[in-house]
Parts: sequence; structure tokens; C-alpha cells
Amino acid sequence: MAGGPTKDLLAELKSRPGRNTLQATVTRTVFIGLSLLFLAALLIAPLISVFSMAFEKGVEVYLKSFSDPDTLAAIRLTLLTAAIVVPLNTVFGIAAAWSIAKFEFKGKSVLITLIDMPIAVSPVISGLIYVLVFGAQGWFGHWLIEHNYSIIFAVPGIVLATMFVTFPYVARELIPLMEQLGNDEEEAAISLGAGGFMTFFRVTLPKIRWGLVYGVILCNARAMGEFGAVSVVSGHIRGLTNTMPLHIEVLYGEYNFVGAFAVASLLTMLAVVTLIIMTLVEWRGSRGK
Amino acid sequence: MATFRQQSVIPGFGLTFGYTLFTLSTLVLIPLAALVLKTAGLDWDQFVKVLLDPRAIASYRLTFGGALLAATINGVFGFIIAWTLVRYEFPGRRFLDALIDMPFALPTAVSGIALTAVFAKNGMLGKYLEGWGIQVAYTWVGVVVALTLIGMPFVVRSVQPALLEVQRDLEDAAETLGASRFTIFWRIIVPTVLPALLTGFAMALARGIGEYGSVIFISGNLAYKTEITPYLIVMKLEEYKYAEAAALGFIMLIFSFAMMLSINLLQAWGRRRLVKANR
Repeated sequence: MAGGPTKDLLAELKSRPGRNTLQATVTRTVFIGLSLLFLAALLIAPLISVFSMAFEKGVEVYLKSFSDPDTLAAIRLTLLTAAIVVPLNTVFGIAAAWSIAKFEFKGKSVLITLIDMPIAVSPVISGLIYVLVFGAQGWFGHWLIEHNYSIIFAVPGIVLATMFVTFPYVARELIPLMEQLGNDEEEAAISLGAGGFMTFFRVTLPKIRWGLVYGVILCNARAMGEFGAVSVVSGHIRGLTNTMPLHIEVLYGEYNFVGAFAVASLLTMLAVVTLIIMTLVEWRGSRGK
Repeated sequence: MATFRQQSVIPGFGLTFGYTLFTLSTLVLIPLAALVLKTAGLDWDQFVKVLLDPRAIASYRLTFGGALLAATINGVFGFIIAWTLVRYEFPGRRFLDALIDMPFALPTAVSGIALTAVFAKNGMLGKYLEGWGIQVAYTWVGVVVALTLIGMPFVVRSVQPALLEVQRDLEDAAETLGASRFTIFWRIIVPTVLPALLTGFAMALARGIGEYGSVIFISGNLAYKTEITPYLIVMKLEEYKYAEAAALGFIMLIFSFAMMLSINLLQAWGRRRLVKANR
């Protein structure tokens, strides 16, 4: 995704004639300056403010905010949700990529578009659709109430909405990568007598592992950070159905800024770790173009 | 089956294709159909009344107008940032390049409260802007700021590879033939990156229109003034007006499809351009 210039290009940039003319220098300074200014105001300042607000009243108050049982419950729920959603979407992503990249069939591009759909849909709508299916007035509402199951305003709804939102991430990472790698090695393995699973684990998986890591890590970041979709289905029951992002909203609404930004600081660190892993995977260059 | 797909020695099509289709249907297609059917439960007059309610119209103006303005700002600054990252070498370039993806990884609720803290009256930047009489937090400007942050990586990541494709030989040739910098920019660089720039613009616009988490903290959510359409849908749900929420959601869904279609067309256009240029 990140497309910086290659080494050759940089060397070429340095040796270009006209690089040190007044016009070139002014243009370069203006472009770099505008970029830095824009990113400083919009990205760096908010990141700094997360930590400065979290530590506003000192380290002790910061650490103490994590002893709140509701905060701990929110952290547990977020981890639980990700632990369910990420493996399921990884299996789906691999299955979808295998069927789409390894075979030629009619309607392939329609299928890819349908898989991508959750990315285009507003998070609020991602939650709304599950309320319409499983909510008290929804399709299965009566049946669920009669049998004493709850999905909406309970953990299963949160898991479903999170699955919907993060549904395409692994698949859309693997499909182009596997298409680009081609089928030759898999065909060789099969013709030498390997079975389907053996071919996948011994031939395909080693080739796509970095792309897989990239997709899984992005899927995980989205799963832990999802707000809109989860907000609609959760019902905001303190200590029960609040994930970390929802708990931030509750604490913020109660003017408990240290608490809100303390939880936010954890999610920011998650984002930073995610970004570092993504960058490392990209620098390895093993990820498809 | 033979006509549906080409023969292959690779096993597992039935299993993986079946699983894909099953998961896609239960998780995505059937719930989305529920939204369409719920909307269809309203008769035409009710439907129109929900959509043309003055409060709803005010929310469309903010949502679509704000997203359009943010995507335009990103079109300009995203291009400048992409250009800086591709064409110049300076200390911290790689760090900046990695940082671009931050809005993808950062939860929207976090960027929402963080932007509010920065742009509130006593905030890091808000206090200076306040001195110039500019209020960001709790006004429409705040909505645009949040949507600009969310959409920025789409434009940068779309334009970057396209800028790498620009052939420096052509620029050099044009310059030796006496073309001005401006001519080179308009006649060589803009045509090469235009499809990518428009794709990034459309992606940022689509994302901005649906955005919820980062906006609701900084906007203040005043009905008729700083209320976005997704927030209005949540309000309808909290009042148990499910059909009205579905109707508003339906309109947004249609718009998402239209945006997705135009993004696909723009990408196809960009690929065709590239193939032609390389021939």
C-alpha cells in the first residue's frame, strides 16, 4: 500500500540536474512544509492529546482508572469479541481467496464486489441490519424471546456486527496476492500426489503468509476499534455490553476525561503496534504489489 | 458445473466456494435484504415523508456537503502529501509514510475524542483558532475536520503508486522542448494521476458519508445544525422508529452502492489508461 520511491529512484532524484535551482528549492520547501503542517495538525496533535489528557492528573490517576471494574469488563469484552471474530474471518478470507483466485468461474467479479460491500456500508447501517433481523421487532425477534435467547443488546449481536464490519479484510488482502502468484506450484504439488490440505499448508501458505499477517492484523485492529456498528446493537449496558470504544463514549459523556483517554490510550497503542507490524510486512516486500 | 467454471486439477472448489457463499449470504446478504424489506413495508407517502422531513434534509446537507468538502480538501492535500513522499527525500520521510495509514488503524471513537480535545476552545489548536474567531468543535467545521482526517489515507494511498508511474523521461523531454513547469504539470502529470486521484476522492467521499464514530464527538449533534444522517438513524432507533431508521438507512445504502460502482469504474479506467500508456 505504501509506495515510497525505490532506492534507484532516490539516487536518480539526488543526481538530477536542476535540483538546486531556486525554483526547485522553493517548490520542495513549500510541498514538504504543507505536508508536515497538514499531518501535524490532523494526525500528530490528536495523538499527543490522547496521552496528554490521559496523564493530565498524573501517572497514578491514569493507572487507577484501570481498576474500575466496568473498564476491565470493557477490555475483556473487546478481547473476547476479537478472539471470536478474527479467526472466523481469517478462515472465511482464506476460503474465499482460494475459491476466487485458484479457479475461473462465471460471476467472479460480482462475488468480489459482494464480499467488499461491508466496507462501503456505513457502520450505523451495519448495526441497524442486525437489529432488523434479530431485534424485538425483527424477523426472529418473537422466536428469540420465546426461547429466551438474546442477540441484540447482548454479546452475540456485538460479535455479529463486528464480523460484518471486518468481513472483507483478510479476503481482499489475499485475493490479489494469490491471483498474482498463480497456480503452477499448486498444480505441481497435486500432480505429485499431494492432497488439497497438504498443498495448502505446504505450498500456498508459506507463499502468502505475510499477506495473511497483514490482513489479520488489520482485521484485528478494526474488530477491537469498531464503534458505530457495535454502538447500535450493544444497548450500552455498563459492565456487560460495552466494548472499549463504547466505554470511552460512556466515560467521556460523564466528563471522566482521564478515564476516557486512558482507555483511548490503550487503543492508540494497539493502533501504533498494528501500524508497525503493517510497515514491517511492507518493508519485507513479500506482500503482493 | 462444467460450463459454470473451467476445469482445474486443483481441489477444494466446492468446499471453499460453498463456504464463501454460505457465510456471505447469512452474514451480509440476508441482513441487508432485511433492511430493504423493512423499508418496503412503508407505503410510498410514509417513505417520502421520512425522507423529506426538514430535520432529515438538514442532516443530508451536513453529511453530503461536509463529506464533499472534506474529500475536496483531501484531493488537494492528499496530492501534495503523495507528491512529497514520492518525489522528495527528507529526514523522517519513511516515518511520515508509515503514519499515513494511522486513520485506518486508529479506532474512530479515539480520533473523535482526540480531535475534540485538540480543537475545543481551550484545546491545543482550538485556542489559537478561537483567537481568530474560528470555532471548530461543535460546529460544521468540526465535522469537516473529522471527515478530512478519516479520508486522507484513501487519497494519498491511491495517488502514490500513480505518481510513481509518471515517466520522468517524458517530463525531461518536455522540458528540453521548452515546456514550462506548469505545462508539464497539466499535460503530463495530471493526466497520469487523474484516475487515481478521482478514485481516492470517491473513496474518501464514500467513507465520509457513512462515518459515525469520529464525527459525533466533535459535532455536538444539534438537530437541524450539526446532526449527521447516521446519527439521525441512531436517534430513530432509540425512539423505536425502526421503519423510519430503515428508510434513511436504505437511502444511504443506495448511495453506497452508487459510490462503489463509480469507484470500480474509475479503477477500470485507470487500468486501461495504464495499459495504453505502456504499449
